[in-house]
Amino acid sequence: MRNKTKIVVLSLVLVLLLAVVPLFVLKGAAFGGSDDAGSQMVEQIRGEAYEPWFTPVLEQVIGGELPGEIESLLFCVQTGIGVGVIAYGFGYLVARKKYSKAEKE
Amino acid sequence: MTRNEKKVFVLSVVFGAVLCVPQNAFAMHIMEGYLPPLHCVFWGAVCIPFLAGGVISIRHTIQRRRKALLLLAMAGAFIFVISSLKIPSVTGSCSHMTGTGLAAILFGPVAASVLGIIVLVFQAVLLAHGGLTSLGANTFSMAIAGPLLSWGLYKLGKKCRIPRLANIFIAATLGDLFTYCVTSLQLALANPSVEGGNAASAVKFLGVFAPTQLPLAVIEGILTMLIILGLESYAEPELREIGFLEEI
Repeated sequence: MRNKTKIVVLSLVLVLLLAVVPLFVLKGAAFGGSDDAGSQMVEQIRGEAYEPWFTPVLEQVIGGELPGEIESLLFCVQTGIGVGVIAYGFGYLVARKKYSKAEKE
Repeated sequence: MTRNEKKVFVLSVVFGAVLCVPQNAFAMHIMEGYLPPLHCVFWGAVCIPFLAGGVISIRHTIQRRRKALLLLAMAGAFIFVISSLKIPSVTGSCSHMTGTGLAAILFGPVAASVLGIIVLVFQAVLLAHGGLTSLGANTFSMAIAGPLLSWGLYKLGKKCRIPRLANIFIAATLGDLFTYCVTSLQLALANPSVEGGNAASAVKFLGVFAPTQLPLAVIEGILTMLIILGLESYAEPELREIGFLEEI
């Protein structure tokens, strides 16, 4: 394998391991957001419940917390937009390199 | 910068400092309503000059380096993807990465701040993740402090002749970690501990964020490195145009 390919494969394996291993090692962990852990820490440090003085605009409009499924939908939309642009970019660049080489020959 | 642009820039600094109206308040990880109003205004004001500088820098890119537009879009998209993925970490809670290191390394920290705030607004308005009142503080940590460190480390590493890929990895990883350190400090300033004051609560907040974020920062470093590896193979003309590959 070429040197570059080796780096790419190794890095991808490492990323997968880092992301997936905690899920299997820490069975039964809640995996809540660290933002929530932050709010709990605020309460612990203050020694009293903290009442946020402003609620998110969206929650005011729909009158409650955003349903979990909708939240993951919106996160997926965000990912989708990003992946679309990156894939378009790389598709364009790879094809350009391929065909400009073909023309020169 | 042209004279007009300079005027706009200076105006923005004055606007931020004197009026202290954080129209662009942004939020990465501090929860809506968790910072006192005074802090919100302060962090928002700090961000304004950076954002103004970023808009000017991006305008220049659009006008003079049309080729690089694609890279700019891809750097922005990278932030979108990376910051939307919540990844489980060793501490049993989830967090996500910032992705601003790539933009900072390619386009400099001020351009990265504008790309970062787009994502923060998206998440604050639609996802109730972060918040509009803490937008200023979150922009400062994720879109200014982090990229600034990444960019500085990258330049420094280049001078010290650290191999390029390793350099990118280190810069992006530490930039991500630094974002969370700044977040901890911001929360600590707003919530001094009863015994020990601000310093003690800073340590406590760091204790929550840092261990969770460490593996994720490594992932971000690796992904940033991979993207740049890919760009080096296929986007050489663009990278030359933005001065990233000048030395070769």
